[in-house]
Amino acid sequence: MPQRAGEHASSGDRTVLDTREEFRQGLKEIVGPSFGISAWALVTGVAMIKSGLSVPLAVLMSLIVYAGSAQLAALPLIAAGAPLWVIWATAFCMNLRFVIFSAHWRKYFGHLPRAQRLALTFFAADLNYVLFLKRYPEPTPAPGQIPYFLGSVAWSWLSWEIPSLLGIALADRVPTDWGLGFAGVLALLGLAYSALVGRNSWIASGVAAAAAVAAFHLPLKLNVVVAIAVGVTVGMVLDRHWPDNAEARR
Amino acid sequence: MSSTQALVCILGMAVITVITRGFFLLSEREWPLPAWLTRGLRYAPLAALAAIIAPEVLLTDGALVDSWLDPRLLAVAAGTAYFWWQRGILGTIVIGTAVMLAAKLGLGW
Repeated sequence: MPQRAGEHASSGDRTVLDTREEFRQGLKEIVGPSFGISAWALVTGVAMIKSGLSVPLAVLMSLIVYAGSAQLAALPLIAAGAPLWVIWATAFCMNLRFVIFSAHWRKYFGHLPRAQRLALTFFAADLNYVLFLKRYPEPTPAPGQIPYFLGSVAWSWLSWEIPSLLGIALADRVPTDWGLGFAGVLALLGLAYSALVGRNSWIASGVAAAAAVAAFHLPLKLNVVVAIAVGVTVGMVLDRHWPDNAEARR
Repeated sequence: MSSTQALVCILGMAVITVITRGFFLLSEREWPLPAWLTRGLRYAPLAALAAIIAPEVLLTDGALVDSWLDPRLLAVAAGTAYFWWQRGILGTIVIGTAVMLAAKLGLGW
């Protein structure tokens, strides 16, 4: 933050100001993209009831699982009475991307006490991750990061939970054949586009997409695992033999 | 599935959320990843997103879409065009969803 000329505020006041500023910034940057998440949440709320969960269980799932793609993948399995380990393995594969995100979160939150860092990352969804890394590309703790993060996750949590609870309450009245859940896919698509840097990341994600489709019939959503492995391998091979210097342009 | 089973299932899924989102923050010490893996992992978030998105767009009940006249393909095309024009995620969602609804409700695809 550049110090403005003639500023007399004490450093304590500045910190408070920057904290509020960063909180607001985190909030502001997520408002737009969160609309897709809200449409997705509404559909997930409806889907929980339609797959036979009682209202209290659906509310509990919305509040404590808080992972849309894993919930949507698990619901048909719950409805079909699949064994628990199958449902959990499926949820784990859908959430595998968060494991990778967490390697990055470690760089920013690693110095905090364990309970605190796990509480923070519980709320860290896809949108929060991509926006945070855009705002703070330097992988090291810095002032303002936590307030920015809190602003970001506060808004995305509300923009998920409110429509999700609404979907639970109005399950019989929300039209499911409109395909509104696809707004969530479009949100992820926009996220992916904004994270593309350099030719090799295009090729690696294209191959990963093809692998996910080709391996779709694998059980437990293992196609996601296959796609990540293939994408990373292709990216690494390309970097070795046909570097695009994307790292330098970051 | 009984309510007790469903409750256990949901509690387990909550644990999975905590563990996956905080995976590399569980340990007190940072696990040293080899440099080549760190470099390779920069492709992982994108690969994972692509792996979630592609089947949602290209498959219907596990089979490839058999017609170009699919509201989802049209929505993705419109959203993609918007993104590379304006670079906004919100616009991508709004335009894509609007086109999809227009195709579904207006044209009856």
